[in-house]
Parts: sequence; structure tokens; C-alpha cells
Amino acid sequence: MTQPLKKPLSFQRMILTLHDYWSEHGCLILQPYDMEMGAGTFHTATTLRALGPKPWNAAFVQPCRRPTDGRYGENPNRLQHYYQYQVILKPSPANLQELYLGSLAAIGIDMLKHDIRFVEDDWESPTLGAWGLGWEVWCDGMEVTQFTYFQQMGGFDMKPVAGELTYGLERLAMYIQDKDSVYDLAFNDAGVTYGEVFLENEQEMSKWNFEVADTDSLFEQFRKHVAECENSLSHKLPIPAYEQAIKASHVFNLLQARGVISVAERQAYMGRVRDLAKGACAAWMDKHGWAA
Amino acid sequence: MTDFLLELRSEEIPARMQAKARDDLAKLFTAELAKAGIATSALVTYATPRRLTLIARDLPLETAAVSEEVKGPKTSAPPQALEGFLRKTGLTREQLVDRGGTLFAVTEKPGRATAAVLAEAIPAIIRAFPWPKSMRWGDASASTESLRWVRPLQGIVALLGEEIVPFEIAGIESGAATLGHRFHHPYQITIGGAHDYVEKLRACHVIVDQDERATLIRDHAREAALQAGLELIDDEGLVAENAGLTEWPIPLLGQFDPAFLDVPPEVIQLTARVNQKYFVCRSADGTLANAFVCTANIAAHDGGAKIVEGNRKVLAARLSDAKFFYDTDLKVPLEEQAEKLEKIVFHEKLGTLADKVDRVAKLARWLVEEGIILPGTGRGTSEAGGGGAPRSAAPAENPLHPQPMADGPPPLAGEELADLAERAARLAKADLVTGMVGEFPELQGLMGGYYAAAQGEHPAVAAAIRDHYKPVGQGDDVPTDPVTVAVSLADKLDTLVAFFYGGMPPTGSKDPFALRRAALGVLELLTRNKLRLGLWQAIYRSMTGFTDQRCSSEMPDAAIEEHQASIKRAFDTLPDFFADRLKVQQREAGVRHDLIDAVFALGGEDDLVRLLARVHALQAFVITEDGKNLLAGYKRAANILKKEAPSAPSPPKGEGRGEGRGEGLPSSAAPGTAPHPDPLPGGEREKMLSYTPEPAEAALMTALDSAEPRATAAIAAEDFAAAMAALASLRAPIDAFFDSVIVNDADPAKRSARLALLERVRAAVHNVADFSKIEG
Repeated sequence: MTQPLKKPLSFQRMILTLHDYWSEHGCLILQPYDMEMGAGTFHTATTLRALGPKPWNAAFVQPCRRPTDGRYGENPNRLQHYYQYQVILKPSPANLQELYLGSLAAIGIDMLKHDIRFVEDDWESPTLGAWGLGWEVWCDGMEVTQFTYFQQMGGFDMKPVAGELTYGLERLAMYIQDKDSVYDLAFNDAGVTYGEVFLENEQEMSKWNFEVADTDSLFEQFRKHVAECENSLSHKLPIPAYEQAIKASHVFNLLQARGVISVAERQAYMGRVRDLAKGACAAWMDKHGWAA
Repeated sequence: MTDFLLELRSEEIPARMQAKARDDLAKLFTAELAKAGIATSALVTYATPRRLTLIARDLPLETAAVSEEVKGPKTSAPPQALEGFLRKTGLTREQLVDRGGTLFAVTEKPGRATAAVLAEAIPAIIRAFPWPKSMRWGDASASTESLRWVRPLQGIVALLGEEIVPFEIAGIESGAATLGHRFHHPYQITIGGAHDYVEKLRACHVIVDQDERATLIRDHAREAALQAGLELIDDEGLVAENAGLTEWPIPLLGQFDPAFLDVPPEVIQLTARVNQKYFVCRSADGTLANAFVCTANIAAHDGGAKIVEGNRKVLAARLSDAKFFYDTDLKVPLEEQAEKLEKIVFHEKLGTLADKVDRVAKLARWLVEEGIILPGTGRGTSEAGGGGAPRSAAPAENPLHPQPMADGPPPLAGEELADLAERAARLAKADLVTGMVGEFPELQGLMGGYYAAAQGEHPAVAAAIRDHYKPVGQGDDVPTDPVTVAVSLADKLDTLVAFFYGGMPPTGSKDPFALRRAALGVLELLTRNKLRLGLWQAIYRSMTGFTDQRCSSEMPDAAIEEHQASIKRAFDTLPDFFADRLKVQQREAGVRHDLIDAVFALGGEDDLVRLLARVHALQAFVITEDGKNLLAGYKRAANILKKEAPSAPSPPKGEGRGEGRGEGLPSSAAPGTAPHPDPLPGGEREKMLSYTPEPAEAALMTALDSAEPRATAAIAAEDFAAAMAALASLRAPIDAFFDSVIVNDADPAKRSARLALLERVRAAVHNVADFSKIEG
């Protein structure tokens, strides 16, 4: 058995291929949200747009920050900053699984050579008051995509249900390029590696997230974002309110990385962020005159 | 007769739900067909990730004709009754049948085609299907009323014989076509009927029968290990899960870098099993091997080489993460880790984890120093109950007594045990801030144990750190090593006291801090190890930890008052909570609830081991002839007392029984000394009688004179069986008394003396248990 001679896709080529694929399947190709967030789901193109009756099909890359996942650049596949490819399709099309598998084929995965599996994973975002049913999609045991049929967002039932696909881009690329370390990924076809672009970032950000970030200041920021969210809500501005909720969520994640929030307190903080996010979703529904 | 085939094809059904779904499908099918008068036998159900299938053999082609009768009013009934019946049945008077003066509505129901019944039944089954979690999807989900299924339903095969049973649900029409394996045969195949379903799918790379897939996985996984010179570590849970994840399972063996074997085997097994659903293997010498078996869902063109390589990489990544944590954690002594607990809030109202650790350490030491937990033979000598009965009888066994092997370490001295318990408690929570536990929270305790052993802690300390969360829920191992028991008990008591102090007891179904489980853990530790712990004293002691931490001389009055109110609240509620948990525990262990109530009603007991001994003796006693008869005699006496002397004292209560409290575990009071209604000894009393007692009356007095001290002494010696035997001696005299003596005598002196005698009987029985609570 010989590998096809075709060179595997570089990181950026893979993204462009996915853009092409989903563009051809009717998605708007959006750009990342310009704020720190833990997942592509936080992008307003997912959260807010998932609400209400209007059809919505979009795909975009979203940089994600998960401070506690930082490993100072020393772990070959754990990063505190990485990319998700996010597709949201509302209402969920009947052939969503086939569409998804088509995208895997497009980026070069041979499904008679690799073991693709849909393994139960009920997705829940306590901070967004959202949940859905679906799977983590495995490729030879590696989770490469989160596949979810949203059932609720911001505490509201989805009418209609949106399908969400979240690809872990680095993992997929490591797969396609057969690399053991994320830092060895070919970013482009001209010899630039992922490590050249991001290793330094991982080292510095890990140190800051875990050791340096001023926790008093972070606690203060958390309070301020909460207050500002409430201020925005009192002026019936769901989008600014939602942004403040995202900011509060990220600050909370940083506090977690600094190890200053206990298990018991964690619930309270998450509840706080959830209330903000729910408030923003409710204001958004209200503004559009959509009934819960 | 013909066979029916139903296949409900959907997107991937979670593995863990498939077995119950098969049962539910059979149950619902049987019930729906029974409604139409069709009996079903010989149902076969199958589940794969993508289909839920039922085959019903030998169904009739149509249902039998039935005649249904509804009874109506009598012909003599008023016209309104008839009108009402006609309205209800929609018939006219002429259509009713008169049978002996009563009217009947008779409806003849002709037989129906089974296909028609099925065409209605299957959509009803689908709509009513009890998935543990279900969802809406697609265009129809614009309404929340749209069909719910476990994942989107994609197709339905419904064939009676070879004919399609036609129906439609949520836009899906039943038919004869299904799909083969998602990758090997992603095309439509047409099923002929129940007879060719399994084999047609097999030809398209789908093994429909879950048991066949499980067998295949089990056998081939073992075989793969064997070929590598290893032994598969059996895991039936994994077999079933992998069978639920595959339609064409192919177990494949891979190997990982042996350098990862430095990581504790539990960690490797956990990450392989939980995260990847891999089996692990053992080498000939019994140690964990650097191999795994994954189960693929395709027969890959290259024999699975790519798949194994991919899975190896994933496992390697996970293990390298684990190894990174392990190596990093090992560099930091646990004492140093424990310091970080100062920054972790245990609960916002209850201080930091470091505060908790300090309280637990002191409490663990106290438990040893008080002699509640002893290093060697014997048991505590302190009066744990605070003035309880003397303890002459030693328990037959003491599980806390270490059983050293021939060359094992000698039992610890008391002072050493106290030091070790405190040391273990101070380090027990340190692993919570380690990287490994951050990543795998379920390894809490276990990792601490490893780290403690690695830094050269005493083996008992390492074991205590490892096991101090135990028992976690019913059925979990209950620690017996004294150091572990001390830490485990202290930790749980502190948690309970803390949240009751903070006014956060469980309410209804909400128990966010798992306090019920903690209380059950305390009960199991006490009973399993026969620890003589007065709960009141322990709660009091635990509370002192809070006072020491929270109160200072500069404290404002308001804060002191609040603290005192919190303490009072805990004291008011925690004992009852323990009592309730104990009742639940005993009920689940099969003890009659009325017997538990009968002992609890005495009050005055906070030594659970003694309390349970009493319950168990009572349980053995009440089923004997003597027990039953004594109960009957007791009830008769109690009834007369209730009727004749309503002002007589109600059943005695322990002195310590708090006012207005339920049947909790009241404050310490001597349990064997329930107040006697008559302070005079029996002999004195007789002399005071103004009349000559009748023989049966005198005999009862004599019997009481003899039984009372024997029962009291037996109770003091905690020999409750003997106490009950003493009471049993009253049974014949009581019967004789009721047979020949009239209580309600015209002579008020006789009447009152006899009522007093019955009161004596009741009081004597109440020494053992409040028999008024016993049923029967």
C-alpha cells in the first residue's frame, strides 16, 4: 500500500479547503470574533444567531483560549490557544452527517482506511445555559470534531434546532500531515511550521496564565464586566451585554488557571456568567419579538 | 401466521442506551398489540449504533372478532339514567339488549388486519419511546411539539411477511429499504422480510446481533493479546460498550512506549478505558503491559495498520500528558502542595480547604487520643456517650486490630497512631492541587497515596491518603486500617458539621455537597469497625474546630452571636439527619422500619453501634413465639392504660430527649435507665397494698420483681438478647393476669393498684424498646 502521492494539506490550505467546501454548501464564510473566548460556540454567529426562527448557515475559524490547557509549549498537542473551525446550520439539514463526512473527504481523509466513529457526547455549556445532543467524532480514536444538535441556548428551546460542527483544526492537521507534535505542522506549503508561528506565544502565555496574571486585578475585572453587562442590559443592548458576558467568562477561566477558585466557588462563578449570558440571550429574543 | 420485522434506523445511538432500548421496544410492542387483542411471543430485538430492530414471529394475519359489552342501568331505573347511558354509548334504546331486567350495550368488533393494527401501533410506540434523553431536529423542530428521538430518525423498515406495513411519522415513510455499513456499504438495500434481514445486513458489513458482536470482540481481543504473548485484562463493560459503538467490530492490538509504564497503572488503565475505550493487557509476570486493544468499526484495506498507528498516537498523547503531570507532581513535596490549599476556598461561607484540613487533622488526632480508634486489640475505654452504661462485654472481634503477617510490622502504639493520623490528614487533600488530579479528578486520593509513598511517608499514611474518601456510596469498601479510619471519619464528620453549621443541609432531592453520602460513610465506618463514638460528643468536638478558627477576642458581638446561632442550628438539625440516614440505611439492609422506630423512640442513645445492637436483638426477638406473645400482652396492657387512665404518663422518654424534637439522636443520656413510673422497689409496693392480691396478680408482681433487674443488668452489659429473654419471662404471668384478674374493679384501690401494675409492665418493656411502635 502506498500513500497517494498528493501532498497532504498544510494548515492554511486545510482551512481554505473547508471554507470552499462549506461555502459551496451554502454557508456564509465569516471571520473570527475579535475577543478572547473558550470556544467557537461563543461567537455571536453561533449563540445569538442560533436563537429565533430565521434560517442561518455560517462557517468560520475561531481562535480559542483555554488558559488551563497551556503546557508552556512542552506538550505536543495541548495548547492554551488554538483554532476551531465552526459550522452552524439552522435548521439542521437532514443529511448533516453526510455533509460532515464529505468535508472530511475533502481534506483528504480516506474513510476505508481510517476508523471514523460517532461517540456519544452530550454537549453542555453551563456558562451559556446551552445544551445539545450529539457526538464527538473520532478518527482512529482521536476526537476531531464535536457534532451537536443544539436543543437549548441561553435557556431557550431551539425553534428550530441548529446543527453545530466544531472541528479541532490542529488535531485534524496533525492527522492529515502525520505529525506527532502540533509544533511540527506545516503551516503553509513553503516550509513555515506551526511552531514558528505559535511556540513563543504558548510559552509566554502559559507562564502568564498560570504564574503571573495579577489575580486581584482579575477579580476586579470580573466584577467590572458583570457590572457593565448589567448596565448594557438595562439599556436593552443584547450584543454589548453578551460581549461583557464573554469577557467575564474569559476572566473566570484565567482565575481558574491561577488556581484561586475552589470547586465550591466555581459553581457560583459559573452561575454568575450563565446568568449574564442568559440575560443577553433573553434581551436578544425580546428585541426581535421572539417568544420563548 | 407470519413474521413482522421492524427496523428503526437513526443516527448513532449512544452505546449505553442500546440494551434498555431493546427491552423498551419489546415491552411497548407487546403492550400495543395486546390492546388490539394480539398476543405476542417469540420477540427478538437487536441494536447496533444505527438501528433498533424487532422481529415478532408468528403473528396472526388478523385479529379475532370480539364482542364488547357495557353494562347499563336496570330497566326499572329512572329515565335520566337511561338517557345518560344512551348518550355515553351513542346507541338508541332499541339497540340495547335486556338481560333479566338490566340493559346492556353490545358492540360487535370485527377482526382487523394485523397490518392495520401495526400501522397504528408502530407510530404510537415511536412517539411514546422512553429514551433517557431525546432531541428534536431538522425543519420540523420549529415546533417544540415535533417528534423526539434519541438522535435523528432516518428510516423505517416495517414488513409483515414480505409486505410493507405502510405508515408515516415525522415525514418518514415506512418501507423495505435500509442502509448497510456507513463506510463499507453506504447504499440502499432492500429487505425481503424477517427471514433475510440479518443475513442481508451481514452481507453489507453489519452484524445486527449485539451479542454476536460482543462475543467477537471478547474473543478476538483475547486472541490479539495472546498472539503478542500477553493476557487481556477482561472488562465486560468495555466489551458491551465497543459492541454498541460498532457494526463491524475488528479488535486491533497496538503498543505504546514502555517509558509510560512509570506512570501508575491505574492512571494508564483509566485513561485507556475511559477516554479511549481500549482494553489493556498484562504481561506474564502480572504487571501492566505496554499494549492496548482498540476496536475498529471497519475492515481497513491495509489490515488496520493506519488505525493502530493513529490510536497509538492518541494514547501516547494522553499518556504523555499524564506522565508530564506525574513527573511534575513528584517534584513537589505534599507539604508544599498542601500550602496551596490556603488559596482554595472550601466554600465561601466556610473558609478555605487549608482551614478544613487543619480541623480534620485535629479531629483525627482526637479520635485516636480519646481511644475511639485504637491501634491494637480492644477498643475505646472512654465513655464516648458521656455517661453511658458501663461496658463489660468486649466485642467478639475488632476489625481495627491489624492482622500483621508473620513478619509484618507490630501494631502501632497509641501515640504513634495519633501522630500518623494527624500527618495523613494534613496531607490527605494535597493532591487536589496536583496536575494529575486536576486532569483526572477521579484519581483524587489515589494519586496522593502514590506521591506520599514516593516521598517516603509511613505506609499507613500513604494508605490513609489513598483511601480516606472511602466509602463512596453503598457497596464501596469500608476502610479498616486505623489511620485511614481516623482520617476518613474526621473528614466526613467535618464536612457534615461544616455544612450544617453553614445552614446548608440537603433539601428534598437536592444534596449538592453529597452530605447524605458523607453521613452514610460515617455510619458505615462506625458499624463496620464497631467504633464506640458518641455522636454528640464528636459533633461537639468537630464544632470546636470551627470556634477555634473563627472566634477571637476582638470579634464583634454580632459575629459571635451569629457563630453561636450557627452552632445551635447544627446541633438542632444534624443529629436528626444522622438518625434519618441510619433509618434509611437499616431499612435498605432489610430491618423492619417499625423496629427501628421502636428503638429510636427511646431516645437517649447516640452510640450507633449500641443502638444497632438493640435493633438487631429486637428484630430477632419479635419473630419468636415469646416475642409475639409479649407484644400481644404489652398491647393489651397499653390499651387498658390508654382507656382507663388517660392521664397516666405516656411512654417514657429518655431524659436527654430534647423538647419538640423528632426521633433524633438526642443528647447523651443513659439509655438503660428509662425513668420508672414508680420509684419504689417491687417488694415495698406490695406491702403497701390495702388488699390481698389475687394469685395471678401476685405472680405478675413476682415475675416483674425478677425480670426488671435482670433486664436492667443485661442492658447495662449491652446484652440486649438477654434483656429480651428476661422480658419474655413476663409473658405467661401477663397472660394469666389478663385471664383471671379484672383491672377495672369496683374498689378504686384495687383498680388503681392494678393499673399501676400494668404501668410497671409497660415500663419494663420500654427498657428495651417502645413496643407501641411495633406493628402486628
